[in-house]
Amino acid sequence: MRLQYPASVRVIQLPCSGRVDILHLLKAFEEGADGVYVAGCMEGDCHFLTGNFKARRKVNYVKKVLEQLGMEPERIEMYNMSSAEGPRFAQVAREFTQRIQELGPSPVKAAQAA
Amino acid sequence: MIVGDSKPLEEILEMIKGRDKVLVLGCRGCVTVCNVGGEKEVGILATALRIARKKAGQPPTVDGMTLERQCDPEYIEELAEVAGDYDAIISIACGVGPQFVAERYPEAAVFPGINTTFIGGALEHGVWAERCQSCGNCLVHNFGGLCPIARCSKSLMNGPCGGSAKGNCEISPEVPCVWHQIVEKMEKMGRLQELEKVWPNKNWLTSRDGGPRKRVREDLKQ
Ligand code: SF4
Ligand code: SF4
Repeated sequence: MRLQYPASVRVIQLPCSGRVDILHLLKAFEEGADGVYVAGCMEGDCHFLTGNFKARRKVNYVKKVLEQLGMEPERIEMYNMSSAEGPRFAQVAREFTQRIQELGPSPVKAAQAA
Repeated sequence: MIVGDSKPLEEILEMIKGRDKVLVLGCRGCVTVCNVGGEKEVGILATALRIARKKAGQPPTVDGMTLERQCDPEYIEELAEVAGDYDAIISIACGVGPQFVAERYPEAAVFPGINTTFIGGALEHGVWAERCQSCGNCLVHNFGGLCPIARCSKSLMNGPCGGSAKGNCEISPEVPCVWHQIVEKMEKMGRLQELEKVWPNKNWLTSRDGGPRKRVREDLKQ
């Protein structure tokens, strides 16, 4: 299956979405990422039982941090998809990319460029 | 352990306004255990502050450092080389931390990054509850091992009060009435009759009411 998804999406692989850390997510924003999303397995399908639920809670935490920093919480999102759903992966990548395009560049990057 | 909550980022940003070089200072004691002031939280707060600075086009110098403890002068000493390099030091230890740092480095601008809330324990991962108010004269053995000082909203020694309903305190259905629990526990232990004792007013001199407390242990003093 060869599926197209936007080239602006950079995939970082982790053994489980539960491995993602609040610090990883914030670092991405510090380095100027316009948006970050975590793609975890379907709820109830985690090999480690609750990794994807934990990932969602961390994403929610970072949403609050972004809000407190005056940035749009929509710049970070959690998606659930099965590893057998290639088309859904590509669709989420397109959806999220469009959302971020609508929000525009990260204010972190914009201030650095100025 | 001593339990605390992170201060809102807005409040911290306001505190350090106009101060270029910032150090976030963690502690490996209680605040590490209650996930509010350890190495990890130092990383998170320092990163969040750098994002805020970058976003505002300000110099993003926010470093992090975590001391073994902030309630012991020997560890505070580790800051000696660097304290002078910063325009602000945010301590995310309990309230003892910022005070010890400020005492040792009188020139430094020290800010508390957390609110110290209570002495308690973890009910489960991510949930903590108050258990002790450091009254200075522990009596929990008389109450089935439950503390009426810290856990009864009115700190009653002779409870429950008339507000106890369905096992909960009158202040909120979310707050268990510890006196309800004491009675149940003592009954289960076959010690209910012990609760017939009427306790005189507690002597609060051993608590904060006697003024700031200090202990001198001659056996340990050097
Ligand atoms: S009786 Fe006093 S020392 Fe004992 S747990 Fe309660 S508040 Fe703490
Ligand atoms: S209802 Fe129970 S916990 Fe609340 S004030 Fe009365 S005795 Fe104390």
